[in-house]
Order: sequence, then C-alpha cells, then structure tokens
Amino acid sequence: MNAPALPAVALHRRAFLSASLAGAGVLAFDADFAFSETPAAAAVAVSAFIRIGADNKVTIGAKNPEIGQGVRVMLPMLIAEELDVSWDQVVIEQTDANDKLYGGQVAGGSTATPRNWLPMRQVGAAARVMILAAAAKTWGVEGASLTTKAGVVYHAASGRSAPYAAFAREAAGLTAPDPAKVPLKTPAQFTIIGQSKKGVDTPKIVTGKPLFGIDVDLPGMLSAALIKAPAHGATLASHDAAAALKAKGVVAVVPINSGFVPVGQFDALAVVADRWWHAQKARDLVKPVWNDAAQKGFSTAGYETAAAKALGATPEVVLTKQGDVGAALAGAAKTVSADYSYPFLAHGTLEPQNCTALFKDGKLEIWAPSQNPNSGRAETAKVMGIAGDDITIHMTRIGGGFGRRLMNDYMVMAGQVARGVAQAVGSKPVKLLFDRTDDLRHDFYRPAGWHRFTAGLDNKGALVAFRDHFITFGKDGKPIRAAEISPFEYPVPVVPNAEIGATYLPTNLATGWLRAPTSNAMCFVYQSFLDEVAEAAGIDLPELMRRTLGAPRDLPGEKGRPPLNTARAVGVIDAVCRMADWKGGKLPDGPKGEKRARGFGFYFCHLGYFAEIAEITLTDATTVRVDQVWAAGDIGSQIINPLNARHQVQGALIEGLGQALVEQKVVQVDGAIQASNFHEFPLIRIDGAPRAIHVEFLKTDYPPTGLGEPSLPPVIPALANAIRVASGKRLRSLPLQLG
Amino acid sequence: MPTSLKSAPKTYPLTVNHKPVKVAADGDTPLLWVLREDLHMPGTKFGCGAGLCGACTVLMDGQAVRSCQTPLSDAAGHQITTIEGAKALPQGAKLVEAWQEIDVPQCGYCQAGQILSATALLQANPKPSDEEIDGAMSGNICRCSTYIRIRRAIRLAAGLADTTGGAA
Ligand code: FES
Ligand code: FES
Repeated sequence: MNAPALPAVALHRRAFLSASLAGAGVLAFDADFAFSETPAAAAVAVSAFIRIGADNKVTIGAKNPEIGQGVRVMLPMLIAEELDVSWDQVVIEQTDANDKLYGGQVAGGSTATPRNWLPMRQVGAAARVMILAAAAKTWGVEGASLTTKAGVVYHAASGRSAPYAAFAREAAGLTAPDPAKVPLKTPAQFTIIGQSKKGVDTPKIVTGKPLFGIDVDLPGMLSAALIKAPAHGATLASHDAAAALKAKGVVAVVPINSGFVPVGQFDALAVVADRWWHAQKARDLVKPVWNDAAQKGFSTAGYETAAAKALGATPEVVLTKQGDVGAALAGAAKTVSADYSYPFLAHGTLEPQNCTALFKDGKLEIWAPSQNPNSGRAETAKVMGIAGDDITIHMTRIGGGFGRRLMNDYMVMAGQVARGVAQAVGSKPVKLLFDRTDDLRHDFYRPAGWHRFTAGLDNKGALVAFRDHFITFGKDGKPIRAAEISPFEYPVPVVPNAEIGATYLPTNLATGWLRAPTSNAMCFVYQSFLDEVAEAAGIDLPELMRRTLGAPRDLPGEKGRPPLNTARAVGVIDAVCRMADWKGGKLPDGPKGEKRARGFGFYFCHLGYFAEIAEITLTDATTVRVDQVWAAGDIGSQIINPLNARHQVQGALIEGLGQALVEQKVVQVDGAIQASNFHEFPLIRIDGAPRAIHVEFLKTDYPPTGLGEPSLPPVIPALANAIRVASGKRLRSLPLQLG
Repeated sequence: MPTSLKSAPKTYPLTVNHKPVKVAADGDTPLLWVLREDLHMPGTKFGCGAGLCGACTVLMDGQAVRSCQTPLSDAAGHQITTIEGAKALPQGAKLVEAWQEIDVPQCGYCQAGQILSATALLQANPKPSDEEIDGAMSGNICRCSTYIRIRRAIRLAAGLADTTGGAA
C-alpha cells in the first residue's frame, strides 16, 4: 500500500494523548512504555493493541468478550488490515477488561461491528503511520516515498526493504497521529477483511486446552457451590452451617447477595471447599431459612389468569395513537383479530455461570466469563464498597453468552466469596460455579408476553387500521428489563390508524436480554399476525410486506434509533424469494402423502435486515421436520469474515427453531422456577437441525453492522406460517404445538 | 514413634490417555470431577451433571460414557480417553483434523464431548449415514447450534462426500 502523506500528521506526545482521549480511548498507545535493554529478546510495544516482535510477529490485542460470535478474530482482522501485515504474522491475545484503555468491551446488541469498524481500523492505520515515520527517519527519506506490504516497508527508489520489526522500537517512541486523520484503505485494497478466517482458539478447543472461565485453575484455589433461595427475591433470615463445616474439604460458608435488587434482595450462601465437588456435596447440609412470604404469590398460572383478564380491559398505558382506529375498524371491509403469546425463557448457556476471584490487601483480582465485564466491575465495587480501580478483571473465553452474561451476578457474588474466604482462612483464589439447576433457576429470563391484535382492511385489501394490546411485566406504567415494545413496531408507521397499548403485570422474576431481545418475540407475533392479514387480503406475506413498505424511504422510528429503510427491507424480501424460488406457501405432498409447506418471515433489528423462508414436512399429524431454510441478509457494505458470518446465521436460525419448537416455557410456582435441568428445559439437538441452510448477504451502501442477532427472529414466524399452510392450523403461542 | 491408626486413604487406579494414574478421592466422585479437579485436566466439560447434555463425554474402553454419571469406583481399572488424548486414536485424529478444517466451534464449550461421541460413532460405524450421525450425536447439546458443521466434519473425517451442498 502507498504511504499516506505524512506531513499532515502531528507527531508529538502531548498531541497524541489528547487525540487518544478524543478517540474515546480506542487508540490507547502505552505512554509509559519502557524500552527493553535487549530489544532482540523482547517484543516492542507500539500501542496497547499492537506489539511487534523482533521476529516480525505482530501481537494484536482482542478487546471484546468472546462468546462464540468470533469477535476475537474479527476485531484483530480490522487492525491487521490497516496495519498492512499478513494474517500469518498475527498472534491474537485477549486483553484484560479496561474500558479506559480499550474503549467499550461489551458483547451485546450485535454492536461490535458498527462500534469498532472505524476505530479498530484507525488503530492499525495509526500504527502503520508511525512505523513509516520511523522508517523515513532511519533511512533519511521522504515518508511519501515508502510503501508497505505484509509487514515490510519498501523504498522503491533505493530498492531497500525491511520488516516492521526493524522500526518498531523507533516507532514506539513516536507519538500517535490523530486517529480521525489517518488515511484508511479502500475496500479494493483489503487483503484480510472479506477473507474467511478460522477461529483463533479452535486448535485449543479441539485438544482440550484450558480457555473458559470454568477452566481457571490457580495455585491454592478453592471452589464454591451456590445456595440461593428458590423464590426469587427472598432474603436470608438465618442459616445453620455447622454440619456443612464438618464435611470433607469444606472451609467456609459465606453469606452473599447477587447485587441485583429488582424486587427485594437476592440473598445467597456460598459453600467453599478444596474442590467444587466437595462443596456441592456439602450444600445439602446447610439449613437456610428464607424470608419468602412476599414472593410466594407469583406463579405462571397467576400470570396467565391476569393476562387473560387484562387483554379484555383498557390498556394501562397508550404507547402509540395515530388516526382513529375505532372509526377505521367500524368502516373496514374486513377485520382480523387474534391473540398471541410467548413464555418466559431461560438462556441455558452450556458453560454454567461461574467466576473466579482473589481478594487480597483490599483489592480484587477477577477471572470472568462476562459479556460486560466493566459494568461487572462497577456493580462489584458498589456492592462490596471498594474502588473500581482496585478491581482487575481478566477476560476468559465464554462458553455461550446469548445475553445471560451481560448480567454480572456471578462476579458480584464471587467477589464477596473471595472476601469471605480471605477473612476465614486468608487470601486464596476461589471459583464460584453454579450447577445446572442454579443456572436455570437463577437466570434473568426473557419475559413472557401476550398480544391482542385487531386489523382492518378496506375493500381493496389495504391495511387501514391496526391495534395491539400488549400485556407484559413492569411496574408503575413502565416495562421491566427486556419487556419493551417499540411504539413504531412495523406495520405501525405504514398504517394510517394505529394504536399500541400496554398493560404491565407485577413479577418477582429478574428479567434480561436473550439473543435478539424483544425482537425474538415481537417478530413471531407481528409477522405471524401479518401473515393472517395477508391471508385475509388474499395475498402472501412477502407481497403484503412489499405493498405496505412501498416506496424507498426511511420510516419514522424512535429517537436515537436507526429507522427502518424500506428499500433495504424490500431488497432482502426479494432476494430470499428469488433464492428459494418462492411461489407461495403451498408445496406438493411428500412421497408418503406427508404435508409439506413453506413459510416466510422478515425482521429489522440490531441494524440488520433479514428475510427468511422455512420449508417443512409434517411427518405425522403432530410432528414437524424443518427441511431447509433460506436467509437473505443486509448488514451493509462488507462481510468482514464470511466463514464466521455464515456460521452465525446458521447458529441463530437453529436457535430460533429451538425457541419455536423445543424450548419449553419456564414455569414458576410459589415464586420459584421449576426447571431443574435440560429434561425440563430442552434445547434443540442435532436431529432437529435442518438439512441445509442457505445464506446470502446483499452488499449495500451502508456501514457494516453486526450479525449475532438480526438473523434469528424471522425464522420463528417463517416456521409458524409454514405450519399454518401444512396443517391448516394457526399456532399463536410458543412453543408451537400441534395438538 | 507413635503409630497412626488412621487407614491410608483409598486410591483408585485408572489409565487416562494411556497414562496410569492413582486417584485418592471418594469412590462416588464422578469421573468428570476427578479429571477436572484431581488430575487438572479441564478439557472434559461440565454442562448438566445429569447425563443430559454430553459435554462431559469421554471414552471408557472405547465406549462413549458420560463422565458426570460415572463414579470413580466404576472407572477404576479402565482405560479412559479424554479430549486431551483423542488425537492418539486413529478416528479421533481424523475428527480433530476435520473439526479444524471445517472450523466447527462457535463458543467451543460442547466440542470436546462432540468429538468424543463422534469418535465412538466412527469406531463402531466408519461410514455412517446422515440419519446415523444424527442418531449417534443427539445426546450432545450444542447451545450455539453448530450442528450443520458437526455433520460436515464427521462426514469429512469419515471420507464421505459433503451432503450439506457446501451451504455451510
Ligand atoms: S455434564 Fe455429563 S451429560 Fe451433561
Ligand atoms: S459451540 Fe457453543 S455449545 Fe457448542
């Protein structure tokens, strides 16, 4: 790559420091860098993100939590691209959690790509500019006369070339340029972005190397098992630990709390032993008494009764009101009404929640599989009354996130256990590990919801009126976490008369974000109901969507949120119909007379547009097999890592099918969640996965956006809509059940 | 010198990845926790502790077993293969290779168990059909749903043509 014009770049230390702050800390070169006396032996750090070794190996810091979404590869790809090194040279290293140094470090909301697409490239580009400046100085030539390729600097006029390593030490002493001013490559110059790169940890995973939070193993480490009140929100009245303390290996029983106070305190006890298995065995010997009278009244059955009653009443709050829905419905040629619902869901990450902590001299050192470690630091500091700066957090690989580990209850608790251990037997690291029952019963659940829909069509089949009364959970006229609905939920912006009202029921459960939060539920109910509307209008859902989306434009949306662009929506709808050769939902029967059908679904969320078609066979009256799925997506101008992008879509689609077909509702009785293990909260298995998933990405002229979530939601209504055609039955409740 | 009257703790002999070891733990300790906590071999994973997820799968005398459901006393005297030693088996080596070629893992947490279940499958049935693959692998949950790549990798290791149409 040709050198950018260097003179435009201010290169002095003061300027750099302010530039790094202006760049929100993303370009955080190490100002206190100390040169090694023997540079040949040590890697030369040119920034917090980049170290260049004497062997010209380039170590790149991966700053975000890796939950299986491939970010540990993707972010370093962006840096390596603009640094202009070859991928073979790159060694990837997970950074610690330190948002002051690295900027945001959250695995959530499919935000890693949109938030880092420019800043990480600027990190790489700035380091390259510094290396070129060092080379120009060393060789006494103009910076503009230099080029780079695969980690080597070239001076064509003199025929000289040298690896970056030759200038790394000199470059490290320079000040970084303003990240916003460094020139970036054009897409045509990319040699890494857009190429398929495998998972950096795959060789370790397939040979059983320690990587995950649960694998942390430190000298003298203790382990802790958890005792939490069955009823959410109960407090600890008293406990008798005498028998447990006599059990093999047990060293302490520590009262703790989870630090989250949606409804009362979440008290708990930790049984600490030399081995987790010993702690786990001793758990039953502890006799806790819980104050849980206030929680006993909460149950699934109670919610269902309350929701049924609320559906028929006036909504508690009006979220959307445009036109006159009552009059439009009265004057409609046809009306369609239906009630939909979906249950509370747990996350069930395969690696149970865990966290390791060491409390020493008033400071905490933490090893955490957290999707949001810096927020965990703040919560832990607050609950424990210590300073955030006194908490060091190492980020481990994470055995599944799906939103569960955006919450940091395990970190808050592990910190308290470590302090309890320090007080009881002196400072020792301790690993707190939930068992599967703890994990399912003490989750932050996807909240359940109920919808009563009414739509009106005029005599030309146009949608003229739309109403949704949404029942979910909340307090004082506000939804609890992850129970929100957008007042602009499609089709609201394209219907002249529309209302969304909500009623919030009380619950003692803690709720949270599950992959594609709110969208995974809203897409099911809205796209299924629109399929009913299309049926009433005598057209199919792709056609109803095209007609209602209309001319290319941005639809009105919530302040501060990206609007739905109708051209991008129509783009993916047309693409998936072309891919699957869509001719409506009906298919000829199978060889044994089995009913076969297809269904369609669309959604826009987390900045991504996806349209999907599911093809199914009813192998008998009540059994569905998903044969294949097509997905067309628009996440902007560039797919950074195609291998991983396709894999994310496959995983999300199969997870969506799992939510639709397999994941049973999490039932609550007397304030407590009942599911104890995977027999009561099943997850989809290999025999439920479709034979083929066909994925296409449309390249559009928008900045690249994330992929962890937006492909998940549409497959759920696509499946329900296919079942409607195959069975004649409209299923309006999850999980989908035929008889 | 006074004599201790306490009996020496019972030890259980077993062979892990061809290495004989003696473990001083209670006989009812699940093999999973013996591997992870006594032998410091963290490759075998804890997912459910109830035989429902397959994350803890190891081979005992060549058969796939759930180590969370196998007490140490039952494992004593047997040959155990864990993910750390899977490459030493001919089918295990092919699978480990294929897993990397296809880049199967997402989070990776289930994959040790998947590879050992697949090893047991190919040892018993070197050319499985798609249905046989699904049947043999349905005891192993992958929460990230890497199932299509698991099928591809098993077919690759078995020298069978890809049936996923390259769609993966
Ligand atoms: S941990 Fe043994 S089967 Fe799940
Ligand atoms: S790769 Fe995450 S559980 Fe299988």
